[in-house]
Amino acid sequence: MSVLINKDTKVICQGFTGKQGTFHSEQAIAYGTKMVGGVTPGKGGQTHLDLPVFNTVRDAFNATQADATVIYVPAAFCKDSIIEAAESGIKLIVCITEGIPTFDMLEAKIAVEMSGARLIGPNCPGIITPDECKIGIMPGPMHMAGKVGVVSRSGTLTYECVKQTSDLNYGQSTCIGIGGDPIPGTNFIDALALFEADPETKAILMVGEIGGTAEEEAAEFIQSHVTKPVVSYIAGVTAPKGKRMGHAGAIIAGGKGTAADKFAALEKVGVFTVRSPAELGKGVQQATGW
Amino acid sequence: MNLHEYQAKALFRAYGIPVPNGKVAFSADEAIEATQSLNGDKVIVKAQVHAGGRGKAGGVKIVDSAAEAGEVARAMLGTHLVTFQTDANGQPINRVLVEETCDIANELYLGVVLDRSLRRVVIMASTEGGVEIETVAEETPEKILKVTLNPMTGVMPYQCRELAFGLGLKGDQIKQFTKLLIGLGQLVIEKDIALVEVNPLVITGSGDLLCLDGKINIDSNALYRHPDLVEMRDKSQEDERENRAADWDLNYVALDGEIGCMVNGAGLAMATMDIIQLSGGKPANFLDVGGGATKERVAEALKIILSDDKVKGILVNIFGGIVRCDLIAEGIIAAVAEVNISVPIVVRLEGTKATEGTAILNASDLNLIAAQDLGEAAAKIVAAVGEAK
Repeated sequence: MSVLINKDTKVICQGFTGKQGTFHSEQAIAYGTKMVGGVTPGKGGQTHLDLPVFNTVRDAFNATQADATVIYVPAAFCKDSIIEAAESGIKLIVCITEGIPTFDMLEAKIAVEMSGARLIGPNCPGIITPDECKIGIMPGPMHMAGKVGVVSRSGTLTYECVKQTSDLNYGQSTCIGIGGDPIPGTNFIDALALFEADPETKAILMVGEIGGTAEEEAAEFIQSHVTKPVVSYIAGVTAPKGKRMGHAGAIIAGGKGTAADKFAALEKVGVFTVRSPAELGKGVQQATGW
Repeated sequence: MNLHEYQAKALFRAYGIPVPNGKVAFSADEAIEATQSLNGDKVIVKAQVHAGGRGKAGGVKIVDSAAEAGEVARAMLGTHLVTFQTDANGQPINRVLVEETCDIANELYLGVVLDRSLRRVVIMASTEGGVEIETVAEETPEKILKVTLNPMTGVMPYQCRELAFGLGLKGDQIKQFTKLLIGLGQLVIEKDIALVEVNPLVITGSGDLLCLDGKINIDSNALYRHPDLVEMRDKSQEDERENRAADWDLNYVALDGEIGCMVNGAGLAMATMDIIQLSGGKPANFLDVGGGATKERVAEALKIILSDDKVKGILVNIFGGIVRCDLIAEGIIAAVAEVNISVPIVVRLEGTKATEGTAILNASDLNLIAAQDLGEAAAKIVAAVGEAK
């Protein structure tokens, strides 16, 4: 068991024949991901990496019944690509691209919700179930099939979580990089609910960072809905407050959003927190008694 | 990207949002000419800088004549304005806004910003304009009225009425407010605006609405589709080193400490700063080399870090995903060849091609200190900087 993806998950790639799409599809195939094709408008009918290329996501979905898609198209075209995937029947959309305008994401998010699909990202490393399915740009070899569910806003901090839990031989059930954008498709609460329901996941490692109130909201959710041990680190204790133009951002944040606030909110509901990013694995050890 | 007040007001005007008549002036002579072309006995001269709190800092002056406007402009231009929102050096004043004044019967507050937890843009209004609005929000949150903007529909008239009645507006003011807010909603959506603040939005002596101030921040990710807004950029208001970094697609923020950091990924970069502090050091900067690090960009990143005289040591922390550690290693070697690096450098390479990267560094005759993990890397750089003292 795992969350969202496993060895049977059929995956297509949007932006398949581009540089990023090609490189990461090769890596995914080498990892064992069940890649079943890709989409590049105008190149339908061709073969790329021994897989069929389609003009549209609808064609790809009809031909392959893909469960998931991974998007590597440039930021300016991502709104279109995400909505195309959602409205073509793909149930899991993973968008790696960074730099998408906020209003594009506000609209794409509405379209995804209306279609009943799930979006992971954008601006994220993707999602991986070790030894089964890798959708995204994370380096595969350091992962180890196991029992820690990892969820993080930061890509490279997800890698730290993976390395440290692999070094301790705990392994990971699934790792979800939810991305650092203001409007993420999947948030901490979604990921926590998935890990709580997954019997393979025995503990959850959640890595947040300053800004927004996603961690505070996650803390409220943990209190009422999560029974498994949760270990957390928040990056940015030393980050300076950004140069500010007015007050509107501060009014909306309502005094939340600093690392100290987030640590406090999580500790209040019994989350085991670590202050050092070098102690993510050790935190899991201490919280679980493994 | 931040805009100046006069640029924000030009956008307001284009969307039918009422603002006072005014002109921007880059010199004392232009300020005199601007004053002569405006109506009324008095004009207001406002320093144009990317920071709030200008009034209390002496950046806003009401004058009685064109000559006096010229004097005030001459005194302001070429200086730096230090406010509670700037650093100790302040922001350079290279232009002023000269504007007609008006009688003020009442000051309101209007703000538009993304609410991440609602995943919607929120329009906020309050009767407590012109004062410490953050204090109002904290102590009396019920005085901040809010409606959410659906990006598909824009601002609806009923939402304007809700806010207008909530603010106690009457008669024609409700119509004016509705027109203003619908225009503001259009402006925000069409120009990809991340933040608008009008503080104060005033009711004039004659009962009309007028935006006396305007702050706009534009979503930088959307600038590619707004060439007109890109032209409004004033680089003098931005940090020179940060801009130089941005030209190389590097995300750099200068800090006060002495240990420079070069990291891939914003989260890991912040975490690296945190662990330096936990280990007893102080980070000199935040620097994210991003996902597409090339040899040239890594070399440039090191040069930018070293352009800060306070830097007494550097910690390179790379966890390769897309980034290849062998390219990072080549970049470090290239940078060292170009600039004379006399401070200790601790390098921790992990992930994609880490073994190759470490081999490249070991094969060079550079004086680098290798570290296996994050904790060790931080301890080693703090120790090395301590010894150098």
